[in-house]
Amino acid sequence: MTDTAIVKTRGEFADVIYHLVRDPLGCTGFVIVLAFVFAALFADFIVPYDPIALNIKERLQGPSLSHLMGTDQLGRDTFSRVLMGSRVALQVALPTIGGAMFIGILLGMIAGFGSRTVDNAIILFFDTIRSFPTVMFALAVVALVGPSLKTVIFVIMMTSIPTYGRVVRTQTLSLRNSEFILAERSLGASVARILGVHILPNVMGPLAVLAAMDIPTVVGLEAGLSFLGMGVKPPTPSWGSILNDGYTLIRNTPWIIVAGGIPLILTTLGFTFLGEALRDVVDPKLRGQK
Amino acid sequence: MENDILNIRDMSIHYSTPRGTLKALRHVNVSVPKGKIIGVVGESGCGKSTLISAIIRLLAPNANLASGAITFDGKDLFGLSEDEMRGLRGTDISMVFQDPMQTHNPVLTIGRQMTDIQYRDDMTMEQKTKRAVDMLTQVGIPDPAARLNQFPHEFSGGMRQRIAIAMALMARPKLLIADEPTTALDATLEVQIIKRLEELQADIGCSILFISHHLGVIAELCEEVVVMYAGEVVEQGSVREVFHSPQHPYTKALLECDPGHIKEKTRNLPTIPGEIPDLVNIPAGCAFAPRCPRVFDACHTQRPEWTRIKEGQHALCHLAGKEAVQ
Amino acid sequence: MLKFATKRIGLALVIAALSVTLLFIIIHLIPGDPARTMLGPRATAEMIADLQARMGLDKTLVEQILIFFGNMLRGDLGMDIFSNRPVATIVFEQLPHTLALILSAIAWSATLGIFLGCFSAVRRNSLADRITGVLAVSFIAAPAFVIALYSLLLFAVKLKWFPAIGAGEPGDIGDIIWHLVLPSFAIGLSWVGYIARLVRASMLEIMGEGHVRTARAFGLPENWITYRYALKLAILPTVTVIGVGMGFLLSAAVFAEIVFSRPGLGKLVIDSITTRNYPVVMGSVLVSTILFVASTTLSDIVNAILDPRIRQAK
Repeated sequence: MTDTAIVKTRGEFADVIYHLVRDPLGCTGFVIVLAFVFAALFADFIVPYDPIALNIKERLQGPSLSHLMGTDQLGRDTFSRVLMGSRVALQVALPTIGGAMFIGILLGMIAGFGSRTVDNAIILFFDTIRSFPTVMFALAVVALVGPSLKTVIFVIMMTSIPTYGRVVRTQTLSLRNSEFILAERSLGASVARILGVHILPNVMGPLAVLAAMDIPTVVGLEAGLSFLGMGVKPPTPSWGSILNDGYTLIRNTPWIIVAGGIPLILTTLGFTFLGEALRDVVDPKLRGQK
Repeated sequence: MENDILNIRDMSIHYSTPRGTLKALRHVNVSVPKGKIIGVVGESGCGKSTLISAIIRLLAPNANLASGAITFDGKDLFGLSEDEMRGLRGTDISMVFQDPMQTHNPVLTIGRQMTDIQYRDDMTMEQKTKRAVDMLTQVGIPDPAARLNQFPHEFSGGMRQRIAIAMALMARPKLLIADEPTTALDATLEVQIIKRLEELQADIGCSILFISHHLGVIAELCEEVVVMYAGEVVEQGSVREVFHSPQHPYTKALLECDPGHIKEKTRNLPTIPGEIPDLVNIPAGCAFAPRCPRVFDACHTQRPEWTRIKEGQHALCHLAGKEAVQ
Repeated sequence: MLKFATKRIGLALVIAALSVTLLFIIIHLIPGDPARTMLGPRATAEMIADLQARMGLDKTLVEQILIFFGNMLRGDLGMDIFSNRPVATIVFEQLPHTLALILSAIAWSATLGIFLGCFSAVRRNSLADRITGVLAVSFIAAPAFVIALYSLLLFAVKLKWFPAIGAGEPGDIGDIIWHLVLPSFAIGLSWVGYIARLVRASMLEIMGEGHVRTARAFGLPENWITYRYALKLAILPTVTVIGVGMGFLLSAAVFAEIVFSRPGLGKLVIDSITTRNYPVVMGSVLVSTILFVASTTLSDIVNAILDPRIRQAK
C-alpha cells in the first residue's frame, strides 16, 4: 500500500464503484448502505405512522399488515420507529466519524511530519486514549452530564481518533521520505502544500476503508448506549431504545427485540461488506490476489 | 542420457493468468550429468525459478506442464504420486535458496530444523543431532553444538547460507539445486561459500544445478552453462566455448554487461536496451528480436532453430554457425 | 527477555498513569459537578459545598490528581458516600464475575477462531473457505448486545435451555458455568470472526514465505508444515490482538451483564449511575482501564516469550 500509493483522481472514482459493484458481497453492502441512508434521509415521508404517537388501543400487537413489525407497550408502530431510528444512527455516525477523521488526520500529519519528540508525544497520546474501554469511558462521562446524543458522539469520537491518526501517521512517514516529496521540498514547496496536495489524497483511500469499517462500531455503540438508557432521550426512537423497550417486554412480545435488532445487524453487515470490498479496491496489492 | 542424473526434455510450463496463458517455459532441454556442475544464467524473468520449481514439483497451483518431461535418476518426475515426489525432496534432490534470511523458520531453533528434516531416518535424537553438528562443522560454523540451540536471527547472512548448504547436503543428495545461493551475500563471503560448496560436492559426488546471474561464479564453478532468455534456452555448451565465443547475441550482450568483464574505464555500464517480451503475447519469430543488435527480417517472422555449432555448443539463433556473431 | 519485560511494563505504567490523568482532566473539563450530580436537583448550596469538600472537589485539579494517585497507590479508590464502604472493596467484589465472563469468552472464541482460521487457510478459496469467510465477517459485524438479546430470547426465554438471570449459585462450579454459557457466547461471537480472519490472513502470508518453501523442499509432511511450522508464527499476531480484545470485551461485558442481569463491573457502573453514586462509577472505570492496560502489556510479554526475535531484541 505504501510503495504504490497513487493519487486517486476523479476518473478513478467511477472505477472504484465499478469494482465495488462487481464483488457480490461489496454489491450487497452497497445496496444495504444505500437503503440505510435513504431511510435516514426520507424517514419523515416513508413512515406509515407517527413513530412517537401513542395509541393505547393497539398496544402490544404482533406483526400484521397494518403494523409490519407490531406495536410496543404504548401502541407505537415499531416499523415506523425502526425507520426513524436509522436517522439517529446516521446522526451519530456522521459527526463522530467526520470529527474523529478530521482530528486524526491533523494529529497524524503532525506526528508524521513533526520532530521525533512531537511524534512520540502524539503516539503516547493515541496509546493512552486507546487504553480506555470505550463503553466504560462513555458511562463515566454520562454519569456526570447525563444521557444525551452529544455525549455519545463526543465519547465515541474521542476513542476513534487513534484509529485514523495512526494510519495517517504511517502513510505520512512513508511518503515524507519518498522521492517525489523530497523533490518538491527541494524546489521549495511549503509543508502545507505537501501535506494538502500530496499526502492528503494518498491517505484518503485507506481512511475511507477505515471509516466504512468503523461505522458499524459507531452505530453499534450508539445503539448499545441508548439500550442502556445512556443515549437518546425518550421518546426519540433509536434502535437501541427500541431494543430496550423490547427487553423489558421480552416475555410478552418478542417482536420488538427481533425488529429492533434486524436493522442494526443489517446496517453493520452492510458497512462491513462495503468496507471489505472497498479495501480490496483501494489496496491494489490485494486486488486479484484472492 | 544414461549418464544424466537429471534430464529435462522439451519441457513447457504455462501459467493460467487473468490476462491469458503465460508461457513461462517453452520447449526447454537441460541435462545434468552425474557428478557434474551445470550453470544456468539469465536475467530475472527468464524462467529460472519456474525451472527449479518444476524440478522439485513445487509449482504454483495455476501452473501446468504443457509439454515434455523430467527424468530424474531414471524416474519420470511428473509421473510420480505426490507422496513419491515428497520422498525425493530432501533426500535425493536438495535445494539451497537465494535469500538466506528467509530460508529458516524464525521461531524454531536451527537444531530443531536440522533434526526435523531427518524425520525419515530411523535414528535416535542423539544420532540426528550428531549428524547436524558434523555437517555444521563441515560448512565451517564454529562451535556448532552450542549454536544448534540458537534461532536463525542470531546468525549472519553468510552463516545462514552455510547452514542452508549443510541442511541440503546432510542427506547426501544425488542432485543439489542451488538457486542464486550467493546473490544476497557480499563478494568475500561469496568466494568462501563457493569454495566450500566445491569441496563438499567433490566429497559427496553429487551433481549441482547452479543458477546464477553472476557469470564469474559460473565460470569458476561450472563445466557447462545453459543460457536462458524469456523462457527458452538460447545457448548451451561448455563454459569455455560459450564464454569465449558466444554464438547467441543475447549471450554476447550478457557477457558485455558483466562488470567483471569490463576492462576499460567507462562512464556508463553497458546494458541491454529494451525489456523482456510479454510472455502472454509472445512475438512471432525470435523472442530476442526486439532487443537484438543483429536483427534482420527473418527474425520477426520465423522461429530460429536449435543449431549445433560444434561438439557441446548449441544456440537458438538464425545466425548461429553461419557467421561468427561479433 | 527481562529487559524487554521491564521496558514494556514501564511503558504500561506510564500509559496507565496518563490515562487516569486524562480521564480526570476530561471529567474536569466537562460541565457537570459530581457533588451536584449526586445530591440531585433539590440540594442546597451548603449541602453541595459540604460534599465537595468531603470528596476533595474544592481543591485544584493538580492537587486532586496528586491526592488521587497517592490514594490509589495505597489501594484506596475513595469511599462510597452512600454505604460508607471503600470503593475498592465494592469494585473488587464485582471484578471476578466480569473477569470470568471475559476470560471464558476469550478462551472459547480464540480456540474456535484459530481452528476456523487454519481450516480456511488450508482450504484456501474452496467453498468451505468462502462460507467461513462470510460467516466470520457476519460475526464481526453483529453487535454483542444484539446477540445477547437474541440468545436470551431464543435459548433462555423460548427454549429454556439456559438460565436467563444471574451468575449462578456461588461455589457451585457447574451452576456458574451453566450461567456463563449465554453471556460468554454473546460477547465472544464477534471474536471468533476476528481471530479466524486474522489467523487465516497470517497463515496465508506465512505459507508463502521462504521458510515454508524450504520445509517443502525438504519433503516435510504438509500437516507438519501447517501446524508445527506455520501456525507457530501465525499465532503471534493473534496473541497481540487478544490483549487488545480485552478492552472490547470489557465494553461488551457491560451489555451482557445488563441483558442477563449478571453481577459484574458493568452492572455495578450502570446501577451506580442510576443511584448517582459517582465515586463508584469512577472507581470501576479506573479499574477497568488499568485492567485493559495490564492485558495489552501481558499479551505483548507472552508474544515475546513465543517469539525469539522479540525476546532477544536489545
